[in-house]
Parts: sequence; C-alpha cells; structure tokens
Amino acid sequence: MNFNIILEFSINTLALGSLYALISLGLVFVFGIMQLVNFAYGEYIMFSGYLLYFLGVFTNLPWFLVFAISILGGAIIGFLSELVAFRPFRGRSLEALFVSSFAVSLILQNTAVLSVSPRSKAVDLPAIFNEAVQFGEITIPIRNLLTIAVTIILLVGLLVLMKKTPLGIAMRAASENFPAARLMGVPANLVISIAFIISGFLAGVVAIFWSARSGAVEPMMGQGPLLVGFIAVVIGGMYSLTGSVLGGFAYAVLANLLSMFLPNELLSFRDAFMFVIVITFLVIRPQGLIKGTYTEERVG
Amino acid sequence: MVKLWKNNAVLWLFCAGIILFGIFTNFFLSPLMNDIFTNGCITLVMVLGLQLFMGNSGILNWSYMGFVAIGAFISGICSMPVNLKEQALPAMYPFLQQINLPFPVAVLVGIAVAVLFAGIISWPLMRLSDSAGVITQFALLIVMNVILLQWEQVTNGPRTFTMGAMKTTNLWIAMFAGIAVLIFVYFFRETTLGLKLRASREDRYATLACGINIVAVRYQSFLISAGLGALSGSLWSHYILSFTAKTFYMTEFFMILAMIIIGGSKTVTGVVSGCIIVTIVRKSLQQVEIGLQMTGMTEITLAIVMIVFLIWRPNGIFGVKEPQIFNNPSDFKIKEQYEKTN
Repeated sequence: MNFNIILEFSINTLALGSLYALISLGLVFVFGIMQLVNFAYGEYIMFSGYLLYFLGVFTNLPWFLVFAISILGGAIIGFLSELVAFRPFRGRSLEALFVSSFAVSLILQNTAVLSVSPRSKAVDLPAIFNEAVQFGEITIPIRNLLTIAVTIILLVGLLVLMKKTPLGIAMRAASENFPAARLMGVPANLVISIAFIISGFLAGVVAIFWSARSGAVEPMMGQGPLLVGFIAVVIGGMYSLTGSVLGGFAYAVLANLLSMFLPNELLSFRDAFMFVIVITFLVIRPQGLIKGTYTEERVG
Repeated sequence: MVKLWKNNAVLWLFCAGIILFGIFTNFFLSPLMNDIFTNGCITLVMVLGLQLFMGNSGILNWSYMGFVAIGAFISGICSMPVNLKEQALPAMYPFLQQINLPFPVAVLVGIAVAVLFAGIISWPLMRLSDSAGVITQFALLIVMNVILLQWEQVTNGPRTFTMGAMKTTNLWIAMFAGIAVLIFVYFFRETTLGLKLRASREDRYATLACGINIVAVRYQSFLISAGLGALSGSLWSHYILSFTAKTFYMTEFFMILAMIIIGGSKTVTGVVSGCIIVTIVRKSLQQVEIGLQMTGMTEITLAIVMIVFLIWRPNGIFGVKEPQIFNNPSDFKIKEQYEKTN
C-alpha cells in the first residue's frame, strides 16, 4: 500500500465518519434528555430527503433555499412528532415511548409510500455534489470535503451552544439529572422541544449528504442512517455528546476496514458483524467508550 | 374443579368460542374465511408467545421475530422431500438436502433449534433492561435477519424459499395449536416462574431484594417464548409455503405488537382480543387498500390507533388483571389500587 491510497482512504473515511457523527449526534440529543431510543429518527431524514426531492424537481428555487427549507422541515417534523407522540408519555414507562416512536416511524414511512410512491425517486442536487478534485495523484469527491467542512462548522456551533449559552447549559443539566434540573427552574417542555428540533435539524443536514451519496430518495431510506446511528451511539457512549461523535468516526473506520478485509463471501454479512459488536459492547461495556452520565441499567 | 372453571371462565369461553367458530367456518363459510381463521390462529400462537415474555417481563423483545423465522426455515427444511429440495433449493448444503422428516418431528426440530440458539446467546442479554435492553434486542433481530437473508446454503438467501404444494397446516392443526398455547400461556402467568417474571417487571430492585435471580427467570421465560415463536413460525411456513427472511421482520412484528398494545400486554385476555380485533381490521383494510390502490394505509391506521391507545389506555382494553365473570369483590380493590399507582 502506498501513501496515496492511505491518504485517500483516510479522507474518505473521515468524510464518512463526519456524516455518521452527525447522525449519531441527532440521536443522542434526544436520548440524553429523555432516554428515548428514537426509532423515528431515520424518518426525519427521510422526510427532509423528500422535501429536497420535491423542491428540487418541481420548483425553481435556488439550491441554498432548497437546502434551508428541507433542513427546516426536518426540524419541524422533529418538533411536531414530539408534541403529538412523545409528550403524552412524559413520566410514563419507557416501553410506551419506544413503541410510540416505532409507530411514528411507520406512519411517516407509509405516508411516503402512500402519497408519493414505494419506489425511489432521483433527487436533483447541485452539480458540485457530483464533481471531484485532484490533489496530485489522488481524486476526492467534493461532496466528501463538503461533509467534513459542514460537520466541523456544526460541531463548533453546537459546542458553543452547549457550553456558552444558557439554553445549552440548561440542556446539559437536564440530561444529567432531569428532575433536579426542573427543580432549578429549567422548563422541561422547552428543553425537550429544543432537543427534538436540534435532532430534526441534524437529520435535515444528514438528509442532504445521505441522498447525495445515493442520488435518490425512497420511503425506507431512513433505516440505513438509523442503524448507523444505533451502532455509533452504542460504541461511543449513549450518555455523552462527545462519545457519540467519537462513535460515528469509530464506526466509519470499522465499517471501511471490514469492507476492505472481509472476504467476499462474508461481505454480505457485514451488518451482522457490526451488530454483534453492538451487542458485545452493550453487554460488556454498556457505557460505551466515553462514560458520560451513565447509570447502571442492568441486573445481575 | 369448579374453581378451575369459575376463576378462569373467560379463558374457557375463549376456547369454546374459537372451537365453535372454527367448526362453523370449516363447514359453512367460504374458503376466504377459512384462510382468515387459520391465519388468525397461527397469529394467535405467535402473539401469545411474544406476550409470554414481553408482557410478563416488560422487555420489548424485537428478536422474537428472528426465532419465528428460525422455526419457519428449519421445520421447512426438515419436512420437504429430498427431490423437491434438490430442485427448488439447489444452493443448499447436501446434508440438509438429505433430511426428510414427518411434519410433527420437523416442527419439534424447528422448536429445538430455536430454543438451543436462544439458550446459547441470550443469557448475557437478559441482564439488560430499558434502553440498553431495547437496542440489544433490536440489534439481535437485525443480526438474525441479515444472517437468514444472506445464508443461501440454508435459507435460499434473498430469494424466495418455496416449499411446493405441502400445505400441511390446516384449520384443525392451527386451531388446536392456538388453543393449546392459549391455555399454556394463560396458566404460565400463575406458575412460580410467571409470578417471578411479573414481579421483576413491576419492580426490579424489590424482586432482587426478595432473592429472585432475575436473569435466570428472564432467561428461562425467554427460551419458552422463543420455542413458542418457533412453533408459530413452523405452522406458518407450512401454511404460506413461500417466504423469505423479510417475511419475518419489522412489518409482521409491528402487527403482533399492535395486537399486544391494543388488547393489553399484561393479560392473556387482552392479547387474544387484540389479536381478533387487529386481524379483522387488518383484513378489511387490506380489501379497501386493494380496491383504492392505497398501499400502506393499513399500517398508518394501526399505528395511529396504537398511539391513541398508548396515550388513553396504556394497559390496553383489558388492563392489568385477567377479567373475571364470577367476581370476587376483593379483586376490584386490588385492580383499583394498581391502576392508581400506575
């Protein structure tokens, strides 16, 4: 292996890792506060993807506006789903929340099937997403560089939000100890709504890059990112934002390495290998790589 | 004896109802009704097997569908004639192709393999509850689904697994299995194991403090549940005759989950009623769906109903206690107190 291949591999892995980091961040924002594993998260991505498709194909809006609207759409669907399907379960059993989020996911999926089509639709993205640049001997898709850049900007933005603003501090307090934060005057509804809005916002950003990778949207497109998010979150640590970012990158490295080194006949089992790793992590180190505010959740 | 009848009158009524309706369907109704009834009985076995673990332990076990799939594939492989397998499933391992067992033995083998597999992998998983538990179960379902979907030497991979014209499961077999499992799951609640499991659902730490080994209790019940799942899977595979690993995945799991949620996960009565209601709704909506060319409407409707039920009647139609026809007044007090605390 020469230097160029390694460089190309690392840049592409870094881009994939950035995308995965965004996915798992969106999942963890909600999980941290509500302990809800949001099965509907993939459908936020799907929803934004369909907005991209509709605005791109049927209107002549400039593309930055298309992107802005679909990201906003993700945030809105996140907010609405919380209001309708999750808020009534506040203070009730977690099982109800899981089932409810699963139901929301099915509703959104089947709405897409019913109102658009079960088949995939090609999205119209600006040409820049399909071009590549040459650095000496290596070729890198501009899409990948964009992913990395956007991720860095978002991570810095979220870092500032979480560390410096009163809202961020309130959210961190809420994810450490929700009842105590409420007693300190943190408004529960606001914090949870904001968490879902951020989650939906990230889903909107992910939707752009995820549909750029395949060039199309379809009703089931949320399932892939959701599984990625699960794996990354479990590896990185479900109780820490840093952990989830780290988990995203770790998953990208792992997935790319498995694709490279698994023999061909085992490659189709890659997802199974990934989830075996997840199960092992949950059993042996349920707190993930970074511990966060993990509390013991198991017996025996 | 009288007590056994009086205290469980609802159970016996259900059994009688199923038998009467089965006989009526068989002799007087159209083949379509016959199909719906048989399917309903198989689904009943499936949903009861899920209730046995999920309802009594409070753990949402996604992986259940995986065990249903194992039962379906293994029993199918065992009962198919050798020459049919050589034709329809050429990629299969030769030693599997040579097996040919009678239907009941094939079902037993399917159950045994599922229970064995559950026994090997599930002990450490039983330690997890809440979010970690749900993700693990979900992950396990995906692992099992990917393996079944790709292992073409056993399951014919992503292609359809066809069993020819061996429709062994008929209305009587399905009905008998449904009733047997119904009685079994109903009385399981009251066995020592069932009581311990229910205690662990209500309060994990209090149960631990009573000296009950929660992991062991969950483990044993999980194996029973996996076995019942495999039973329903093998009955089902011998009825629908062509399927892939995708048949035993999210969509079907959602259906049986809807039955459990709508009827009430904590009682057998609830689950049976949920099964009946959802089957009727599903079948009628599917007719509408075909007429209007609106795929996906059934799922949307059931999902909305499910959320509504979760909000307004979190314990389903029948709540937390098996309904009694000949009531003991003290039962009401217990029920009221329970519902106040929850």
